[in-house]
Amino acid sequence: MTKTKLIGALLASTFLAGAAHAEDVTLTIESWRNDDVLIWQDTIIPAFEAQNPGIKVVFAPTAPAEYNAVLNSKLDAGSAGDLVTCRPFDASLELYKKGNLADLTGLAAMANFSPVAKSAWQTDDGSATFCVPMASVIHGFIYNKDAFDALGIAVPTTRDDFFAALDKIKADGTYIPMAMGTNDQWEAATMGYNNIGPNYWKGEEGRLALIAGTQKLTDADWVAPFTELAKWKDYLGDGFEAQTYPDSQNLFTLGRAAIYPAGSWEIAGFNKQATFKMGAFPPPVQAAGDTCYISDHTDIALGMNAKSAHPEETKKFLEWVGSPEFAKMYANALPGFFSLNSTPVEMEDPLAQEFVSWRGKCQSSIRSTYQILSRGTPNLENETWNASANVIKGTETPEAAAARLQDGLASWYAPQKAK
Amino acid sequence: MSDRKPFRWHIVVFLAPAVLVYTAIMIIPLFATLNLSLFTTVDRVSQFNGLGNFRTLFGDPRWSASFWNALGNNTWFFIVHMLVQNPIGILLAAILSNPRLRGAAFYRTAIFIPTILSFVVVGFVWKLMLSPIWGVAPDLLNAVGLKSLFAPWLGKEEYALTTLALISVWQFVGIPMMLIYAALLSIPDEVIEAAEMDGITGASQFWKIKLPLILPSIGIISILTFVGNFNAFDLIYSAQGALAGPNFATDILGTFLYRTFFGFQLQLGDQNMGAAIATAMFFIILIGVCIYLFAIQTRLRRYQF
Repeated sequence: MTKTKLIGALLASTFLAGAAHAEDVTLTIESWRNDDVLIWQDTIIPAFEAQNPGIKVVFAPTAPAEYNAVLNSKLDAGSAGDLVTCRPFDASLELYKKGNLADLTGLAAMANFSPVAKSAWQTDDGSATFCVPMASVIHGFIYNKDAFDALGIAVPTTRDDFFAALDKIKADGTYIPMAMGTNDQWEAATMGYNNIGPNYWKGEEGRLALIAGTQKLTDADWVAPFTELAKWKDYLGDGFEAQTYPDSQNLFTLGRAAIYPAGSWEIAGFNKQATFKMGAFPPPVQAAGDTCYISDHTDIALGMNAKSAHPEETKKFLEWVGSPEFAKMYANALPGFFSLNSTPVEMEDPLAQEFVSWRGKCQSSIRSTYQILSRGTPNLENETWNASANVIKGTETPEAAAARLQDGLASWYAPQKAK
Repeated sequence: MSDRKPFRWHIVVFLAPAVLVYTAIMIIPLFATLNLSLFTTVDRVSQFNGLGNFRTLFGDPRWSASFWNALGNNTWFFIVHMLVQNPIGILLAAILSNPRLRGAAFYRTAIFIPTILSFVVVGFVWKLMLSPIWGVAPDLLNAVGLKSLFAPWLGKEEYALTTLALISVWQFVGIPMMLIYAALLSIPDEVIEAAEMDGITGASQFWKIKLPLILPSIGIISILTFVGNFNAFDLIYSAQGALAGPNFATDILGTFLYRTFFGFQLQLGDQNMGAAIATAMFFIILIGVCIYLFAIQTRLRRYQF
């Protein structure tokens, strides 16, 4: 009897405790950014909770490589968190089509983002947006300022300047002109082709024309970046064919190479490793004064689980994620992951400031292969890795590489089918 | 009725654990894979597709080019093992079985140790040694005045696959060595003594007496090498990644299957095509093993001592 009473008392106390907390709603965030746990827990979430009493937020990341699989099974089982961190393009689009992500087009904060920023998390026709954009990464070149000063090289703005600088560094011989290898292939495409390419195909104009089928990968504007890449070969280190991505990072941060074709995500790591001063410049243009285009690639966003039990509170959180206040906090905590918010964000890191300043003078675009065009087999993005690496090594001519990519794309993508 | 033997339950009971475990983790997945290869997914719905996936794999110019490239690379990978690993293994075993060799136990252990290393360790360490930037290979060649012979082997289409095959040979040469060593030790002394009485010693003793006696072991090693090589994946993946660069020069069936089944980067995985490749691999290995079993093993002469 006493035992039953005791259990009864325990149960009653549990219910009472539950009732006392009932007004507090807990939201859970699914994410692959387990590197950022501390930033969310110590900076971002407390700031939100202070303004919104009654809502508690828990950041619950999984390992990056497992995220997609874990998230899918949690969503299917109905146990996923209220907020879902969105990968760009097809992975998230698939979730939206399956009804796992809610339509967020009506969110007031959406007005804070440009169409390009939202394009990674929209239906193909752009009619529905299902994630609030958080951050993008910008491509360009990071250079060793000490090396440039010692050799008396000015920061290049045109392609002629750029190659003249490379020639000068090579002739001097102290530094490897450019730190990049083709062993891992993706750098050649991501930091090569998609870094310098937007200047040739005029950013969004060319990218959208390719999707619409009015331009082809064999057009002059799309072959030209390959032609420029082919010239890089002479400026890479000895044995660049077997040089890996970490090799290139180390060559640069050890001060052995002068220029590093980069993505802004390198900033935090380079700041820690390098002992010399660094600067950055956007991909050089044809002639001084030409409009410049940069790859400002949308990378991470936050969406809402369509089956969330607390849709109002979740939307409240998402409105806040779309606010300039969040943008400032996030961009400063993670230099190199730039806010997609239209309101300019003050950042303290000088290298990050340099990168983000290009948004003001250049036109932003995203990597040409990411939206729609990598949906079929052969996969355009993966083929571009291979083609870019081949072109740099000189085993395939720029024209042949472009023709091969075009054939592959035309084999499954209707708007590009031979007309 | 009474003369009928009772059913021998103990046989079932003793077989059951092995049969159940083997069925659960080998037979069922195997047939599930074969089954999966006959389906295709259209708009997230699985449909029966007959042999359609195989028509794509062998008929579509892109798929078939990738497949034949992987099969060709795999065959070369196997040939290098047969021509380098197994003869060296036999040679090492012959040297080790020489009773006058000092420190045989040390050599045996030292040569066998790479076999127990993880592929990831082997891939990474060799990649570092051969690295044109930090590696010891260019410096060592430089020390003997042969720097001109150095090339970034893992990054060149013409060398990468052979280099990886030789790394794999380095790792696994201990296996044939140990098997042949055991076979050589099991040759009775009387046979050797009889040969010596007939004046057959040294190298001719090896060729005429010992080699015929260890041929069945060499056969087993060959088939183990064949199965191992055509299932290989780990070393290529850890050294060159899933894209098996440069330009697919090191793409073997295992990496081709991985890329197709699990997807890669922006490429979403296609389980049905992946299963079709796995099925093709299964039949390639099955045919190879059958050829060995029926055409070679039955002709090998065995000696009873």
